[in-house]
Order: sequence, then structure tokens, then C-alpha cells
Amino acid sequence: MDRREDRAFPLIFERSQKGRRGVRPPSVGDVDPEALFGRENVRESPPRLPEVDELSVVRHYTLLSRRQIGVDTSFYPLGSCTMKYNPRVLEAAAARFTALHPYQDPETAQGALELMYELAEYLKAITGMDEMTLQPAAGAHGELTGILVIRAYHEDRGEGDRRRVVLVPDSAHGSNPATASMAGFEVREVPSGPDGEVDTEALKRELGPHVAAIMLTNPNTLGLFEKRILELTEAAHQAGVQLYYDGANLNAIMGWVRPGDMGFDVVHLNLHKTFATPHGGGGPGSGPVGVKAHLAPYLPVPLVRKRGSAYVLDEDLPKSIGRVRSFYGNFGVLVRAYAYIRLLGLFGLKRAAALSVLNARYLKALLKAKGFRVPYDGPTMHEFVAQPPEGLRALDLAKALLDAGFHPPTIYFPLIVKEAMMIEPTETEAKETLERFAEALGEAARKGLANPGWLEGTPYTTPVRRLDEVRANRRPVLRWTPEAE
Amino acid sequence: MNVPADRKYRNSHEWAKLEGEVVTVGITDYAQHELGDVVYVELPEVGREVEAGEAVAVVESVKTASDIYAPVSGEVVEVNGALEESPERVNEDPYGEGWLFKIRPKDPSEYEGLLDPDAYLKVLEEEG
Repeated sequence: MDRREDRAFPLIFERSQKGRRGVRPPSVGDVDPEALFGRENVRESPPRLPEVDELSVVRHYTLLSRRQIGVDTSFYPLGSCTMKYNPRVLEAAAARFTALHPYQDPETAQGALELMYELAEYLKAITGMDEMTLQPAAGAHGELTGILVIRAYHEDRGEGDRRRVVLVPDSAHGSNPATASMAGFEVREVPSGPDGEVDTEALKRELGPHVAAIMLTNPNTLGLFEKRILELTEAAHQAGVQLYYDGANLNAIMGWVRPGDMGFDVVHLNLHKTFATPHGGGGPGSGPVGVKAHLAPYLPVPLVRKRGSAYVLDEDLPKSIGRVRSFYGNFGVLVRAYAYIRLLGLFGLKRAAALSVLNARYLKALLKAKGFRVPYDGPTMHEFVAQPPEGLRALDLAKALLDAGFHPPTIYFPLIVKEAMMIEPTETEAKETLERFAEALGEAARKGLANPGWLEGTPYTTPVRRLDEVRANRRPVLRWTPEAE
Repeated sequence: MNVPADRKYRNSHEWAKLEGEVVTVGITDYAQHELGDVVYVELPEVGREVEAGEAVAVVESVKTASDIYAPVSGEVVEVNGALEESPERVNEDPYGEGWLFKIRPKDPSEYEGLLDPDAYLKVLEEEG
């Protein structure tokens, strides 16, 4: 059903007035487009673009931007997403590279290749890995790349047919089982123990010649560091099982401890989270994958190598899983990550990680004092998972936070905690911001307990109120069509 | 919480009801309440051989997606196709029109080994 009449804010297409225009495109002059591009590639009729003047366009998007909540306007403690502030100077760094073309001769793009080479070296040092591809376009893409590398390794050793299972803890990011399944593996879930860490004994029982890999996040999604990690990786290696590190939570540990030293064979990173690219609107991201030496032959091509003083693109990896992305990945994100690492240095990265943990622990203490519960209350790191006071729902409190001007935390994840509110403040927030957030959440809970009807009615001040999530899922409208159609 | 006496349960919140030679399977009232509004149900293929404890269906709600486990081993003989259009039946009538699939059990003793209503109520108490 079309409900456009309910919408207070029209789409740009609905602002269109016949004949109105903002610019006059230049004439193509003497060029014959058909000769240049081929007849089949030349339009027969103009595209149906909205007909609007420039001022209307400016107002449309400015007003839209004022309806957004983002890290530029609000605290954004979305758990496992690391919505830190990204210094503007990194945008300036990325802007220096915009005149490059991916088809130009690498000899004329030596600066760009040098940056990629150096970035890979830094990331290898940070993760404790031997080789690194920068190609994957985001975290889940990195996961798929890493798992395909593991599959190629087992196949090359003649064990591909029997190693069909990937083990994943029940607290894992949903992308882990999805990745393993997409790469053709059978997924088996391993339970968490009462302390919130992986149940080592249960995991050991699952190990065997049929298992290809274990996918782990450390610290895990409860914010807890897996203290038995060395015991676990050793047991896995004895069974010929490869260890995959989901780098979503690297922000908590960068510079302090390295996945490679914990025994992991493959790591993916989320440069857009940990190494400062604005994200949350769907990209672009970047998900480099690092591997230990025994997996390096299977990485995607090309890899940037240094030959003498020159940087070259090496396509000569006969056992490579092939390309996973056109050109060289999302290069702009690589530039930002490189600049961020150079800006902070090792000391700065360590300090960022430490402050992210300090901020999360401080906020956890504030919320516990407001009656919020923390079911796996160990020494949590960069994030923690809280539950509302008895009788309140995470969804309602998330909506109430919108009225207070905050982005809500991740809710209903991880799945092993009921009414989960997964909160990751990051290192870039000031102490007073954390205090204001705790006050607002505590106040919403207090008022909600006294007056459930009020809480269920939130948000009251946003451009749209409660959305119909059921209809959005069951009958999504994915394409706008003009009235006349 | 509504736990009908005429059927058996699994601690993962599926119910199973033996009628004649066929066991009907669904999720409990508690499960549908915890999941919230169900938006999609993925059902097994008719004719598939399943093992007890195997994940054979998925119920997806606005909050989460949850695996549904076969309470008994056997062949899937029928699925509730009406859920494709009307997944909300799982919320509205979990023990009736919201059933998920039917299994012809291989081993009748497996059904007897499932939780009886009192034992399932204890599971619910422990989950708080």
C-alpha cells in the first residue's frame, strides 16, 4: 500500500516541477557519442531525473541532514560498531589522492602503492601477522575472504573434503556463521560458559579432523577478554584446525596484545571502525585480511610488493583464491587509516584502546548505580552488555534515548542476553557526555517504571515516531514509483 | 505462561504433539513472546529426513532470528505453508494455527523422552 500522503518530508523526486532546472549541461559539440561508446550504450531518451532548481536541492538535503543523528551531533554508543569521532584532518589526507585513476600505470602511482605497502606493514605489526591483503571492501567481506583462504589451504593439503565444519560461539557476531555458511561450511555453535567466555571444554569436544576453523572475537561481544585463548588455540592447532580472528573489537586491544601472538592464523580488520573512517551509513568500509605465513600463498591478488626502490603489483600467486574486489579495495579508506596510524603512532593507538576501555567501564559503573543489570559482569573492555531494570524493555529505552538527543545502543544482541543493551562509548567521548547519557537513560528508566504508558509512547520529539517494524519487514517498499504509474 | 498439558516440550522452547503416527511441531507461547513479532518463517522441505536436535527451521522476528530444532528424528511430512503469507499466526496462536511442521517419527520412544509440561514449566522458571 502506498502511504506517501503520510510522509511529512517529500522525496527529491516529489519536489520535481516540469521544466525547472538548476544547471544546463554542456553540449557534446562535434563528438559522436555512438562512434565513441557504441550505439547500444547511448541513451534513446533522457534519464528521469527530478527537475529542481539549485536552491531547492540545497534546502532539501540540508533539511534532511538536520533530521539525522550522527556522531557529529550526538553521542553514538552503538555496541560492536566503534562509532568514534574521526578527525577531520583525515578527510584532508584522503582528498589529496582523489585525482588518481585505478587504470593508470603503477609506475605513475608510486605514492599510492607506497601508502598501501606501508599500511599493510603497520597492520601486520599491529596484528602480529605475516602477510596482509587490503582488498576486501568491509568487515563481512574480509571474513569471507579469510574463510575462503582457509578453505583453499585445507583443499591444497588434501583435507578439503573432510574439514567441512566451522565452529562459532553462541555470542558471535551474526556475520560469522553467515560467512562460514556462504563459504560452503556447516556451522556448529559452541556455548558460552557461565562467566561469558567460550566454554573451552565444550569447544575441545567439538574439535576433530572434520573441523576446518573456529571463528572468535576477542574481546568477545560481551566485552570480555577470552582469558583461556592460548589453551584454546593450542588445542585447535593440535587438531589441525585454523583460528579465525574477527577484528570487530580490535579497538579494545590495539597496541596491547596481538591476535597473531594469541595463536590466530587469520585476522580481518575493520579499518572504518578502528582506524577512523566515518561509517554507519552503509560504507564505504575496508576489511583487510592478515594471515600467518602458511596461508600467504592463498591470499587474493594482487599484493603490493617492494622491489628495490619501486613498488609493484604482484599477481604471481598461483594458489591465490583470486580477486575479491575490483581494483585495489576502497582506497580512500586506506588513506584515512594510514594517516590515522601515522597521526597517533604506537603510543597513541595504545592510549586510544586504553581510553576506550576506561570510558566503557566508567559508563558501566554509572548505569549499575541507576539500577541497570550487567549479567556477565567480568572485567569488561571497550563495551559491555547491560539489561534494563526488571520490567522494562530495551526497545522502549532505546526510543526514549532519542528524545534525549542520543543515538541508542545496539539492542537485542548478543542473543545470549535477554533485553540486551550493548553499549560501546569509544575513546573519543568526554566524561561529561557519559554522565549526561547515564542520567538520561536512568531518568527514562525511572519514569518508565512509574509510568509505563509514557515510555511506550516514546519518542515524542523526533520527525517520525515509532516505526512499524513488522510491516517494514513483511512488506518493505524498496522502490519509489511516480504517482502516474 | 500457557503450557498446554496435551503435548511434550524441548528446553529450546519447541512443543511437539503426537497425533496418530505424526508429531506436529511448533514454538511455545513463551518463545513467541520472547521473540516478539514474527516476520518470516523458513520451513524445511517436505520429505527431508531430520535428526532429533537438528536445526530444521528458522523463525525470524523484529528482534532476532532463531533456529528451530526437530524434537524427534524422522521424515518431514507436512509444513504450515500458510505461515509464508501470515507469519503472525505464530504469535497469535502458537499452539494451534501457528504450528510449523509435522514429522513422521522413526523411533516412537524419542517422543516419550521429551519434557512433559511440568518439566518444561521448571525450565521456564529457571530462565526467569
